[in-house]
Amino acid sequence: MSVSVQPEVSGDVIVYRRRRNIELALLLFAQLFGYGGWILTHLNLYNAVPEIWPLVAAAWFGVGLAAHIAVRWKLPYADPVLLPSVFLINGLGLAMLARLDEIYRYSDAAMQFVWTALGVLLFVLVAFLLRDHRRLQRFPYLLFILSFVLLVLPLTPLGVTINNARIWIQVFGFSFQPAEIAKITLAIAFAAYFYEKRDVLTLAGRRVMGVLLPRGRDFIPIAIMWGMALMVMVFQRDLGMALLIFGLFTVMIYIATERPFWPVLATVMFLIAGVAAYFLTPHVSRRVGAWLDPFANADANLQIIQAQFGFAWGGLFGRGWGMGRPALTPLPHSDFIAGSIGEELGVLGLMAVIILYAVIFSRGLKAALLCPDGFGKLLAGGLSFVLALQVFAIIGGVTRLLPLTGLTTPFMSQGGSSMVSNWILIGILMVISHRARMPQTATATPTSRAEIEDNSTELIAR
Amino acid sequence: MNGPLRKVSIVVAVMMAALLLNLTYMTTFRQEALLEHPLNRRVRDAEFARDRGAILVGNVPIAISEPSGNATVPFERVYPDGERWAPVTGWFTRIHGTSGLEQSYSSDLSGTASQQVINRIVDVMTGRSSSGANISTTLDADAQAAAMRALGNARGAAVAIDYETGEILALASTPSYDPNTLSTLSTSDEIDNWNALLNAEDEPLKNRGTREVYPPGSTFKIVTAAAAIENGILPDTIVDSPASLRLPNSSHSMGNSTNCGGEQIPLEQALSTSCNTAFGQLGLDLGADVMLDMAERFGFNQEQTIDIQAATSRYPADADAAQTALSAIGQYEVASSPLQMAQVVAAIANDGVMMQPYLVDAVTTRDLQVISSTDPSEIGRPISEATARMLQEMMVTTVRDGTGRPARIDGVTIGGKTGTAQSSPERPNYAWFVGYATEPRVAIAVFVEDAGVAADDISGGRLAAPIFRAVVEALR
Repeated sequence: MSVSVQPEVSGDVIVYRRRRNIELALLLFAQLFGYGGWILTHLNLYNAVPEIWPLVAAAWFGVGLAAHIAVRWKLPYADPVLLPSVFLINGLGLAMLARLDEIYRYSDAAMQFVWTALGVLLFVLVAFLLRDHRRLQRFPYLLFILSFVLLVLPLTPLGVTINNARIWIQVFGFSFQPAEIAKITLAIAFAAYFYEKRDVLTLAGRRVMGVLLPRGRDFIPIAIMWGMALMVMVFQRDLGMALLIFGLFTVMIYIATERPFWPVLATVMFLIAGVAAYFLTPHVSRRVGAWLDPFANADANLQIIQAQFGFAWGGLFGRGWGMGRPALTPLPHSDFIAGSIGEELGVLGLMAVIILYAVIFSRGLKAALLCPDGFGKLLAGGLSFVLALQVFAIIGGVTRLLPLTGLTTPFMSQGGSSMVSNWILIGILMVISHRARMPQTATATPTSRAEIEDNSTELIAR
Repeated sequence: MNGPLRKVSIVVAVMMAALLLNLTYMTTFRQEALLEHPLNRRVRDAEFARDRGAILVGNVPIAISEPSGNATVPFERVYPDGERWAPVTGWFTRIHGTSGLEQSYSSDLSGTASQQVINRIVDVMTGRSSSGANISTTLDADAQAAAMRALGNARGAAVAIDYETGEILALASTPSYDPNTLSTLSTSDEIDNWNALLNAEDEPLKNRGTREVYPPGSTFKIVTAAAAIENGILPDTIVDSPASLRLPNSSHSMGNSTNCGGEQIPLEQALSTSCNTAFGQLGLDLGADVMLDMAERFGFNQEQTIDIQAATSRYPADADAAQTALSAIGQYEVASSPLQMAQVVAAIANDGVMMQPYLVDAVTTRDLQVISSTDPSEIGRPISEATARMLQEMMVTTVRDGTGRPARIDGVTIGGKTGTAQSSPERPNYAWFVGYATEPRVAIAVFVEDAGVAADDISGGRLAAPIFRAVVEALR
């Protein structure tokens, strides 16, 4: 609980190995998967290596190298496994989009590569500009407002409705999903607010039926903000994103307060809301029906049924790059890219991808555990969790473990906003990881006098 | 805060494990059903594009895969004499599934049958593209051609069986269709052609030989006669043949459509004149249970197990006396496929031994290695040899002197029975002829849906018997 108190100044310095060369080796190895997938697609389909192979190799490995150099320079202590894992998934996603381009020009892998490059650029910018993640702690309210604006944007005239959900905005011909960015700004805002208020949230308040409720003035602002965010997303019919924000909020308040009451309350509320939505909205009950018995209405549930057929057709080892029929499933490049992977790389291939996401989560959580300051812990834990939850929701939906929620598969689905925001997310995790693993004396910030006085002035009513 | 963080990591571990377990479950338990699902276009298209083996009659292919020149669908299914063989081959389509031998031997033809696993491995090792096995059928090209030609444009069917082996020599159903129009690479053409055939008034997609059942009418009297002989009545035993038979507990009575030649006639004469009241009375005397037992021994109410899909012929299980009398002359709820009646005659011709009818003789790889072959097998002995001999004689008499005269061929021993069956008052009667010849050795059932207006047996015989004769002559 008292993590803000640093190890006693004993002269001991914990120094983690940087392992940047290992990262480089892993990175090159990881990037080979995506590049190899692209080459194999062309070999399988046309029996020829595409003529632009040197160009693509230069661009793809160049982007990886740029990210690596930025890390080597600015974040030398950051986790060495994180970046290669992300590049592996990103490469598979790009290769799959390029493969789908061979069927129909809709996904446009070249554009997605530009988005990837932009994402990596932002990642590098985070590495350069965000010297210390604790700087993000300063503006919780500002970030709340920013998040809210981002969430409301699609409801303004800027917004466009695509596939029955109004979650995009169109600027200069590009569509963008602002909620993807809001996911990160909200995580920062929650982390800052909860870290600042965690003691009062934990200790101050009234005890009702053995449960300590926080004081209204501490909790109500956040409840309002959070409720508004959820309402906006319900109006936009973006249930997937609503689930993410809800999960993020729950996990962060739990980590901050260490009280199991919060996740229990959240689960109960979620179940009530879910049951209510099932009975009150046609939208949710349809999705649940498609999940439980898709064949009952084969025409309406074509997508989930086709994805199932794709998995069965792919089997354990997949049809191979370019050898499946992923385009039979509607949206094989965005929502259902996991289905495309499953069909061509097999159930084992998709399992490998899931495990890679689990690796990314575990490295993010490792950063949270090692991080000396509470804000960093909260932020790294929250960001890692939200990524894992997103993967769980979308891949679970595609494989019929859960009802389908329209979410992107991080680093894989076609779409710029998701790509860019997830790269920023990884950038922040890398910064926290770097701060956590660098020699401890360098960052040790003894609990400030002001903070002690702050805490002691709270009157604790028991 | 590390405590909650660790707990969160456990939650995420459970979530990821759930994803992996669900995928494992899906591959282990759901994959097969999904692959076999009729909506699964991936499987369907892959099957459609495969280099399937040929279906052969003798050495001549009646269905064969030929290179199509299309990149995504490299092979095209072609039927050299499509209309003639459609009742056997069935159709092979991208969207509308398959039927006939194309359906029942699909895995052999496509090379995915489990017996072909070695061939598949060899194909992979030698770099050959995998190819399916050939199917050799028992059919006789001349007999089939004769049957199809003789049936012409009528709605009908003819099934010819070698009664000693059970080999099916001809399986005709008209009007037929050209399966080439359904195996076309163009999906839109396929849909158009399919809809045209499906909505055609004379229902060409029906296989009237095996998949439809019709009231057998007077041809069923041979089953009643078999039951009578098995129960002690002899061909020269005098039976009652009143001009009108009052049906018990009913206001109806049964009349005759032919001249029985008296009110007390020998059983043999009753069959040769196709005397309704005599057989109605026999049905009453024998009782419902004896009749049901005999019909079931001849294969009624038993699932048909031939190489292609076939309907089960029916005999009512709980008929009262009046219904039994009607059933004894092949009316009421008795319904038989032409294949079933051919089997009944075949069992009589084969001295009481019913052989398993079959269409596929052997499955061979393209380098002529036999994967499986069919041997003749007995499926039952519905009647004794003595009964069979007596029935044979009665049927021969029927053709020589009775209602079956139109089937006569000089110099050939032929036994048979005509039939005209009423299905419903609105529609025309059905004409039947079932019979056998000893040289060539064949049992044949001919069925024609439209027998004209007159409900007498002679009209049925006049329509169906020439078709029988054409098939026998083609086999000579």
